[in-house]
Amino acid sequence: MVPTNYYLILSAILFGLGVLAFVFKRNIITIFMAIELMLNAVNLAFVAFSQALGKPDGEVFVLFVIVVAAAEAAVGLGIIILTARNRRSLNVERVDLLKL
Amino acid sequence: MTPSAADLIRVLPEIIWCGFGVLLMLLQPFLKNRQGLTLFAMVGAAAGTLATYFGQMGSGFFGLVQFDTYSLFFHWLVGLVAFLVILASDSYLERENLAPAEFYALILFATAGMGVLASAQELLTAFIGLEMSSISSYVLAGYRRDSVKSSESAVKYFLLGSFATAFFLYGIALVYGASGSTNLMQIASADPGSNLLRLGLALILVGLGFKVAAAPFQVWTPDVYEGAPTPVTALFAAGPKAATFALLLRIFTTIHAATDFWFWAFWILAVVTMFVGNLGALVQTNVKRMLAYSSIAHAGYTLVAFAAVTTMKLDPETGAAPAYAAVLFYLLGYSLVKVGAFTIVSEIGGQGERYLTLDDFAGLGTRQPLAAAAMTLFLLSLLGMPITAGFFGKFYVFKAAINSKLIWLVVLMTINTAIGAYYYLRVIVVMYMREHKGDVPADAATSLSPTAAMVVAVVALATLYLGLLPNHVLGIVLSQDLILSAR
Repeated sequence: MVPTNYYLILSAILFGLGVLAFVFKRNIITIFMAIELMLNAVNLAFVAFSQALGKPDGEVFVLFVIVVAAAEAAVGLGIIILTARNRRSLNVERVDLLKL
Repeated sequence: MTPSAADLIRVLPEIIWCGFGVLLMLLQPFLKNRQGLTLFAMVGAAAGTLATYFGQMGSGFFGLVQFDTYSLFFHWLVGLVAFLVILASDSYLERENLAPAEFYALILFATAGMGVLASAQELLTAFIGLEMSSISSYVLAGYRRDSVKSSESAVKYFLLGSFATAFFLYGIALVYGASGSTNLMQIASADPGSNLLRLGLALILVGLGFKVAAAPFQVWTPDVYEGAPTPVTALFAAGPKAATFALLLRIFTTIHAATDFWFWAFWILAVVTMFVGNLGALVQTNVKRMLAYSSIAHAGYTLVAFAAVTTMKLDPETGAAPAYAAVLFYLLGYSLVKVGAFTIVSEIGGQGERYLTLDDFAGLGTRQPLAAAAMTLFLLSLLGMPITAGFFGKFYVFKAAINSKLIWLVVLMTINTAIGAYYYLRVIVVMYMREHKGDVPADAATSLSPTAAMVVAVVALATLYLGLLPNHVLGIVLSQDLILSAR
């Protein structure tokens, strides 16, 4: 049996990687994948806690998160396609019309 | 475990808002008439709001939602905002030649999400409400499909909004791990000294801080507000912000743990947010963007009242009631005024939102005396001048902060109000005392459209009503269950 802490540390590392990728990557699709990675890190934490607490509800939360992430992906990819069409680029550094 | 009929009636407003949203999209192919759809959407917004009348007070769905006078207040607030925004969008959609049905449907879906936020008693329910309102908002921000600005606004809102959602969700996971539950009542009884719980609450605060545009999480706000269609900006500045503040207040009222932690978090957020918003607004020449920065500053003023709530809770005699009342009164006055101000900006902007700079507002006092007068009233209310809603909003926040002996916060808020005076009054000066440079463009709006004029009139009356006779609304606000329970 793997201790719960190991799962939580893995979840924290995955979440941190997601944050780093969000901040440093330049391609919109990659940034979007970073967000998905963060959400899945959360799922891992939910399942680990659910197992540790001996309560099934943490696993149900994961289903909710997956459904919401799917809805977000559907809308998000639509928005990304729209931007790509208007801009002819997927580089966030070129999405810079609105500035101080 | 089937929910009872009373539970369903407690979420009747959300059911009606969503139902009308779906019906609108189904009606789209048959009803070509834009005004008909506008009227239908307005009926939906109003019906959902009035449906709160049937709800029994109490907790529903096994503690997932709490239907109390507090959630009732915010249901009315977001319902009213949706109603006004739909009415104000009518002429905008005609001018920009955009499809009305989906637009109204998305506004109603977002409003349903805000309703869930206002009554959520459990963190995952709050998450669903937050996402309902956010995902609809992402689409609304990019609704002007051909505009580069609008799509840019949508992509920025989507990326940063989802980023914030992930933080909020991670916070929920940690709180769940620390307390074994996501129900606020049960979290409240968990060990308050737990580091995991504190970390989780901090991440929840970060996530919600993004959504209410509190600095340092405000970077998206000016860009998104400027690029989104103006009626949508009015919605963003009013509805989701008020509903997220409602959730934030409920979370940290229920969870007494870590009060000192919340206090310093709110103190610092309030100060940074006020300064970032006001200093940012100073240098703007685009009125829409200036109002976006001003809404960041107003989030800061609201957070001052939050800091007051935390210290007043420590005082057993007075309790936190005045500070709560300050938050609710402030949010009501602020939301309505923002809807009115953005409606005027939307009308002055003309087709393609081309006339948004300060120069385009020059000479408005002679060209459109009524619009200029209403805009002056709204700007004075945002500034906090007497006889407007903003005055009493700010007054109650000041009073709550002084009662809590937050003298430094009061001093900093006064300095910020003075900075705010510069950019609000500048618009008024430009409207009345400066002539338009060169000829006024032929396609510039010569008068407000009838629907926008109605919205402006309603908001102007409400502003004066709250500014002259605040006692009535204050009485409603002070009788909130949440406040009574926190005494």
